[in-house]
Amino acid sequence: MPLIKNGEEIANDWMFVADGSALPDHTKVTVSVGRFLALKAAQGNEPGPKGVRLSPEDDPAALEPYLAGLSLIEVAFPKYTDGRGYSQAQLLRRRLGYSGELRAVGHVLRDQIFYMHRSGFDAYETARATVSQVLEALAEFTVAYQPAASSPAAVFRKRHGA
Amino acid sequence: MYRYDQFDAQIVRERVAQFRGQVARRLSGDLLEDEFKPLRLQNGVYLQLHAYMLRIAIPYGQLSPRQLRRLAEIARDYDKGYGHFTTRQNIQFNWVALKDIPDVLEKLAEVEMHAIQTSGNCIRNTTTDHYAGAAQDEVLDPRAWCEIIRQWSTFHPEFAFLPRKFKIAVTAAEHDRAAIRVHDVGLHIRKRGDEVGFEVHVGGGQGRTPHIAALVNPFVPEDRILDYLEAIMRVYNRYGRRDNKYKARIKILVSELGEAEYIRQVEEEFAAQRPDEKIDLPAEEIARIHAYFAPPPLAEKSAGSKLLDAAKVADPAFARWTRTNLHPHKTPGYASVTVSLKPLGVAPGDATDAQMEVVADLAEQYGYGDIRVSHAQNLILPHVALDDLPAVYAALDAAGLGAANESRITDMIVCPGLDFCNLANARSIPVALEVQKIFADPAYEEDIGKLHINVSGCINACGHHHVGHIGILGVDRKGEEFYQILLGGRADEKAALGEIVGPGLRADDVPGAIHRVVEYYRAQRTSPAEKFIDTLERLGHQPFQDALYAAD
Ligand code: SF4
Repeated sequence: MPLIKNGEEIANDWMFVADGSALPDHTKVTVSVGRFLALKAAQGNEPGPKGVRLSPEDDPAALEPYLAGLSLIEVAFPKYTDGRGYSQAQLLRRRLGYSGELRAVGHVLRDQIFYMHRSGFDAYETARATVSQVLEALAEFTVAYQPAASSPAAVFRKRHGA
Repeated sequence: MYRYDQFDAQIVRERVAQFRGQVARRLSGDLLEDEFKPLRLQNGVYLQLHAYMLRIAIPYGQLSPRQLRRLAEIARDYDKGYGHFTTRQNIQFNWVALKDIPDVLEKLAEVEMHAIQTSGNCIRNTTTDHYAGAAQDEVLDPRAWCEIIRQWSTFHPEFAFLPRKFKIAVTAAEHDRAAIRVHDVGLHIRKRGDEVGFEVHVGGGQGRTPHIAALVNPFVPEDRILDYLEAIMRVYNRYGRRDNKYKARIKILVSELGEAEYIRQVEEEFAAQRPDEKIDLPAEEIARIHAYFAPPPLAEKSAGSKLLDAAKVADPAFARWTRTNLHPHKTPGYASVTVSLKPLGVAPGDATDAQMEVVADLAEQYGYGDIRVSHAQNLILPHVALDDLPAVYAALDAAGLGAANESRITDMIVCPGLDFCNLANARSIPVALEVQKIFADPAYEEDIGKLHINVSGCINACGHHHVGHIGILGVDRKGEEFYQILLGGRADEKAALGEIVGPGLRADDVPGAIHRVVEYYRAQRTSPAEKFIDTLERLGHQPFQDALYAAD
């Protein structure tokens, strides 16, 4: 499935490992939050997976102690009408200070990507949009009314010279 | 009223271009109908029984004459010559072709209007008191805060795919004309000394499981209200139910968690906001928006008007209209005028293009360019000099808009029902028109006094039947339309839900049954000053129910 980041299609060298499947011996994998936390509890400081995949019902605050060691967080959108991932993204970026890659996976459509970007996502794995469509979507609005995890800055700041 | 600056104009222009693209992709098949659906809904485009319906936002129900004329033009050029004002202070056109919608949106953008978030599972148009800025009993004009909430909620990236639709209403008056207790969030602006704050109610709603909202916080200071709303929205977005569309509104979250636990979660989220998460609207921005809502430059007048008095003596119909359709203004010598969109025999809330133009002209000539839409589906001219009332009435009456029935029994709130809506169980407009006929004599209607009848064509309650003093609900029984009658609902500061009184009635039996209830009230009231709802509360429902089912 095409993966788009920073305006271009990139190779996906990560893999998601489902609960119950064996982990490979490298760390470029994402696992469920439950498995990730269990591994951390069991292994202490040993290197484990450097990625996590959030389901809509997961609380990102559970990852807080480990965020510095994570390179990728995937947020799953099983249905694009399920908007919980936007709150997870805002929490990760703005409250918890996560600065690694934040990737939307699942039912990701062109017309959601602007909202995803503003909520803090920087990568999109999508079968339903091409690179040029993603770029088009990101450029659709040059102004935004409210502060969010990502640009553009809120209009009220621009109005008053910030 | 608020005027767009370069940024507001830019956002609306970009939205038109975006939607034009979405429609083109849909028409070319690139976008599947399932994927297009939430996009069109967030732009107010519904697929109805006969055609696409376009719902246009009228933020907090305020229009300028120029905007109302533009709506008239759209009614003429793209619809069948009329529009339908809704209980959410918006307007709907029922016959616009999908391919034309981008052009319509462009015409709207030229007059600073749009259809953004008038449908879909997002934050909808914020509604308010239709007398805002004119009412004697308000602590301040709520429209500036409605505009601030409009901007904050427009394209909010986190809250575009909520479990369900989300409606906010604001009042600043003791007498609640915005029905805040039956909204997802109801805000009552209050003052503590010089400090302005919001009493926050959450979880009210109608539909199949009606609820009166819970009081969640008695006073959120004004500079924190957007942060508080963010906390409310985030708790809802994360924990509101998504497994069942009928349990997805915030009222269900509040009732399943229990008020205390719900409040704890909101307060916890609010307290967890870090300083850089706070919205911190600059004081200059709050002042900038408030400045647009400065009172109009009303010429000084004495409290009475000889012209008005003389006209009343000369014309009893005009005199009656001044008794029913005026609301006291905070400035002596002025009144707020209700332009009734409920004349006999017309679908409630409908206005023709020509009628819209008449109201626009009157607003320009006599009304300081200010027009409102009320949630009772009427138009309001909030600032009219008493001296000008005879001229205003004459022009309205000539246009078929002179009905003297504001808040009276023929001023019904009625949903579109089976004539237009594909969810309906029964027709609502025809039954409402039959009830109207019984009370067609204006003297009789005036004698009955204030009485709200609300009619819905199914349990989704778009006609607000739960909060009518008398509610009428259409149900389907084995392919036949029946109507259940509810008694005792009210949407004001004493909000209460009506109760279904007994078995449903056939359409033909509804007018007679309502008539018997009204006659029972007239026989029992202590004086004509005792309103229907007060007599009902004093005597209880039983005798009214007996009257309802008594054979003629
Ligand atoms: S109450 Fe029912 S019939 Fe009436 S408009 Fe709403 S959904 Fe349609």
